[in-house]
Amino acid sequence: MTTIESTDVLIIGSGFGGAIPAYHLAAGGARVTVLERGPWLRGEEFDHDFLLGSSYTRVFDFVVGDGMSVLGGNCVGGGSVVYFATMPRAPRFVFERHGSIGRRMWPASISRDSLDPWYDRVAEALPITRQSWDKVPYAGGLFASACAHAGRTANPAPSAIDVDMCTNCNWMMAGCRFDAKRSLLLNYLPAALAHGAEIRPLHEVQRITRTADGGYQVHYRIVDGEDYRILHDSGTIEAKIVIVAAGAGATPVILQRSEPELGTMPAAVGRYFSGNGERLNTAVFDEDRVREVLGLSRPDGRAYQAYQIGRGPTVASWDRLDGNLPEFERYSLEQLYFPPGLGTILAQVPDATGPSWFGVDKKEMLRRWQSWLTIFIMSEDDNEGVFGPPPETGNAHRFSQQMLGHGPLRYRPTANTRRGWSLADADIKDILERDGLAKVAPWTNDLVGAYTVHPLASCRIGDDPATSALDDRHELRGHPGIFVTDGSAVPGALTVNPASTIAALAERAIPGIVRAAQERGISVTYGAPSPDGETAGRRAVLNAR
Amino acid sequence: MQPDNPERDPERTLVLEAFADTIIPGEKRFPEDRAVAGATTGGGAVAAGAVELLETPAGGLAEALDSLVFSLNEHTREYAAEHGLTLDPAVPPFVALPFPDRTALVAALTRPDHPEKQMWVGLALFSNMAFDSAAHLSTPQALAAGHPGLLTIGYEQPQADGLWRFDSFSYGRQLADLHPDTTATGSPA
Repeated sequence: MTTIESTDVLIIGSGFGGAIPAYHLAAGGARVTVLERGPWLRGEEFDHDFLLGSSYTRVFDFVVGDGMSVLGGNCVGGGSVVYFATMPRAPRFVFERHGSIGRRMWPASISRDSLDPWYDRVAEALPITRQSWDKVPYAGGLFASACAHAGRTANPAPSAIDVDMCTNCNWMMAGCRFDAKRSLLLNYLPAALAHGAEIRPLHEVQRITRTADGGYQVHYRIVDGEDYRILHDSGTIEAKIVIVAAGAGATPVILQRSEPELGTMPAAVGRYFSGNGERLNTAVFDEDRVREVLGLSRPDGRAYQAYQIGRGPTVASWDRLDGNLPEFERYSLEQLYFPPGLGTILAQVPDATGPSWFGVDKKEMLRRWQSWLTIFIMSEDDNEGVFGPPPETGNAHRFSQQMLGHGPLRYRPTANTRRGWSLADADIKDILERDGLAKVAPWTNDLVGAYTVHPLASCRIGDDPATSALDDRHELRGHPGIFVTDGSAVPGALTVNPASTIAALAERAIPGIVRAAQERGISVTYGAPSPDGETAGRRAVLNAR
Repeated sequence: MQPDNPERDPERTLVLEAFADTIIPGEKRFPEDRAVAGATTGGGAVAAGAVELLETPAGGLAEALDSLVFSLNEHTREYAAEHGLTLDPAVPPFVALPFPDRTALVAALTRPDHPEKQMWVGLALFSNMAFDSAAHLSTPQALAAGHPGLLTIGYEQPQADGLWRFDSFSYGRQLADLHPDTTATGSPA
């Protein structure tokens, strides 16, 4: 017979949505347990290796749905371990978006101005810094130069990377070997541990049930450390507060599976999923034209041939982030590196006459891989993703030992979403094909549907109970004591990389969660400094309240 | 992570090779090579180890390969009948198809509306991965051994400790004007 353990606050997931509450609640005096379905890897365990079974496949998750595939983290630290650490704040107009619901999607209490102090807290904690041109890798420089040639602006994007420690190896999707990327393993999580929080890796939460006294039981299975298709023992932990932060691809699935015992879920659980309007284009540059037209050359004489060098996206063009433009026509364009494997099969041969993603012409394109440049579109999609019935366990039917599975998400891009993509594709072509610099084509959506590395909005905050699963304090409607603080809480596409916003919203939710915990008899206070002890961010948010 | 059945069916291997060669084509390994069509120069997915990767149990496709091979040959017979092609009975049907017809059949099987699309895309994905990332091999070792895919894409060699570091990485100068509405934190306004 198994013993039921108990804690004050049970947190599902250890990415931004889990690590931030874990730290603040533990520092405030609560007993905190974090259940993470992925493994716990550190520094030297992050491999530079594509071999199946290396850190690349252990910490990274790729779930193929019907019309949408989702890439995300699967490890202690969640998305922060596999992401590219590009951390712009969302532009002001994003908070005024209506989407297709005929009213403002965001709660009235949140605007860019009201969120800025919380962005500041995150920036202090990780930290996030402005980037300078002298450290922009070749690929970012090439994109900037092409933008300037086309009369556009381009910015080095703010980043949570310590560039002095960075080797520009571009292996950061497998975890940063050199601790240059300021993932949650280096700030919030160690600080949470220091305050007594417990983190349990390879614990996959399956469902939540209610206890007689208004608390909750969280039921998990142990995941095999090598073959994630195998689940071992099960267990149960009782808690007064549950924070669901399993990621936008998993949080709604856990809640849907819990519905028979927990009671009716808000209609917006598992609906309004957004892929952040994401889409990729790959350009193949003519090295001679890069030298002749843009005047670029490396110290060894090559003009570019540096796709592999760098640290993901470093330069973005924000010319179309203009609040005066119509909704669904605003987007950012960001230079990106995408490693081989997943990052090449979807790239299409520009102006293909035969098959575009495989065959003789594709191989010719691959011979010029070092002259590739991938451009990332983040636009305004239409929140058209809907989750079907949950799989038996987890959020996907796991196909490979690690990384690859099939999930219940269905996504059919609307005309609004497709209009944004089409405008952005044409814009990229205009910038990069000028004067014969490059040939460019969008990635195909025919193989795995659309795709996103920034899943959002599947359990979102809002003021309208019909179209939002959470109130503006992130509490699940109808289920007091359950909070959702991950990317699924974000109301919609942000037109920029969302981690900074997800983290700021999690920071903003903490005082409300602390109050709810106090009301449930937990001895906890709000007011911890930044994980490294800085206090400027704390002072600012306390003054703002 | 060794293949579970090194003594596998040679005809099954030929069909898998012919499929992988359709995804990333290569030159013939020997003059009588039937599986590799020789549609281009240099090693392709087969030389890169596509069959080894497909046969790796960790990948998840290994158990389905028998039925995939059976099904691919069935589709080939239908294709040949529709197009009035006669298939050489000395080799499995898909291997007997000329390269342009292999290409046309794979394109049809992976179209968004094909009911079996998902499994053929899976087979293509792994064939591609063998070539451009050698996922069945340690990457530094694969490079040291001259892996044809990694060399074809020009993947750089690691340093002596098997890790990648690029000391020269930046043009080192401002190459565009900043957006006029950039805030003090470097974000869009």
